[in-house]
Amino acid sequence: MKKLINSPEAVVKEELEGIAFAHSDMVKVHFDPNYVVRADAPIKGKVGVISGGGSGHEPMHGGFVGVGMLDAACPGAVFTSPTPDQMLEATKAVNGGAGVLHIVKNYTGDIMNFEMAADLARGEGIEVASIVIDDDVAVQDSLYTAGRRGVGSTVLCEKVCGAAAEQKRPLKDVVAVAQKVKDWGRSMGMALTSCTVPHAGKPTFDLPEDMMEIGIGIHGEPGRERMKLKSADEITEMLMEPILKDIPYKSGDQVCLFVNGMGGTPLIELYIVYRKAHQICEKHGIKVVRNLVGSYITSLEMAGCSITLLKMDDELIKLWDAPVKTPGLRWGM
Amino acid sequence: MAIEQKDVIEWIKKYADVIAEKRQYLIDLDSAIGDADHGENMNRGFQAVLKKMPEVADKDIGSILKMVGMTLLGTVGGAGGPLYGTLFLQLGTKSASKFELTLQDWTDMLEAAINGIVARGKAELGDKTMVDALSPALEALKEASKNGKNLQEALQASAAAAEKGMLATIPLVAKKGRASYLGERSAGHQDPGATSSYYLLKVVAETWK
Repeated sequence: MKKLINSPEAVVKEELEGIAFAHSDMVKVHFDPNYVVRADAPIKGKVGVISGGGSGHEPMHGGFVGVGMLDAACPGAVFTSPTPDQMLEATKAVNGGAGVLHIVKNYTGDIMNFEMAADLARGEGIEVASIVIDDDVAVQDSLYTAGRRGVGSTVLCEKVCGAAAEQKRPLKDVVAVAQKVKDWGRSMGMALTSCTVPHAGKPTFDLPEDMMEIGIGIHGEPGRERMKLKSADEITEMLMEPILKDIPYKSGDQVCLFVNGMGGTPLIELYIVYRKAHQICEKHGIKVVRNLVGSYITSLEMAGCSITLLKMDDELIKLWDAPVKTPGLRWGM
Repeated sequence: MAIEQKDVIEWIKKYADVIAEKRQYLIDLDSAIGDADHGENMNRGFQAVLKKMPEVADKDIGSILKMVGMTLLGTVGGAGGPLYGTLFLQLGTKSASKFELTLQDWTDMLEAAINGIVARGKAELGDKTMVDALSPALEALKEASKNGKNLQEALQASAAAAEKGMLATIPLVAKKGRASYLGERSAGHQDPGATSSYYLLKVVAETWK
């Protein structure tokens, strides 16, 4: 294992210490329990928007805390859901009296820990709503599995819900925005290489030089299919096809096209994928009105990408364009 | 013959040692079908439990087991945290204020714990989860009691059933948890959660004699 770390046990703590030094104008970091919170939290009369999950996906979620996006993020150990005590304390820290929304990715651990935290917060008189993002079309059979995984749409959901909350919209409206993203966002990912979890010390899976994994998740969990490496255009087609086959996209729709890097793939390659994905959208009569290209929801040093398509209406476009100032995403201010 | 409070403490300590020893093995099992964190998470949780053990050294069995459950809930994370946390909280609730346990007490405790896990994780027998080791172990306990077996025989039968249940997860296709995303590809691998659950009952049989 070749990593810029001091010790596997200290990875998350030292990363958080770095964030605290680097971004003290935007966020505060609380330790034991660990959470990253907006520097000006709680804001009276504003819905608090919280997310959380295992570490190793940076900048998600801690990098999205700030004005116009998340109020707090709870980082777990690498690829491990955070615990209910973190989520409860973060919920209390951002409660401005208008309720708190938990944005949860659909993984067994995340769901169970957030459910327990929501129960505890309600017990303390805080109104809590939850949205579970499950946009990964690689998981085909949802009846006999834990359901589709939450991947790329989560970033887009955090952006637009944060914008809605910033406008002091009531909790039910912010939930409605989140629901739109859940209903209208679909993703699919692939990997060229595995990643190495610091405490495991070796790659999570072996992927020969000439092979790739299609339908990979964001935790180095193997995908649904392993095959010979193909060209960027062919790979992009293989990712776009199941996304477009899944409802709700049709000719004439407006979308946000999000090409995401898994952590180990340079931007130059992501733009090659974006080029083809954009062309495929055009071929289907789908209008790309907004986009995002870069590594925003990563899987440590894994090479590969994911593509997310989010159908947008005028409300989502306005919320997308609203100012945001976080360590990982910033425009308009 | 009864299970004493000191036996329960011994069980937790020995289990923590087993988890530390099997940490890498559990990580390897999880790498194959999950996300390579089960051994690390369980070890972090039980090391935290070990640190807190002196605080409950003279408490009743229920208090000890509840402390274990709360500590796991706050330190393990993932799916293992809520599930093992629930397991020990339920064991503790059923043994509140007791300093000794009979075979019947332990059977009732394990039943409550499994019910709690099923309610939290919504897994059924055959879904390739820890339930596949725990449920057969409970059935074996009940069967042994019915047939008039003594404590040691019953616990041995329970551990043997858990091991069989664990091994039976190998050909299964996972229906719960992260392994379920693999579909058919999850078959051929032993479930890490069922494995750590088998160790729990194996250490019970080895410790409570």
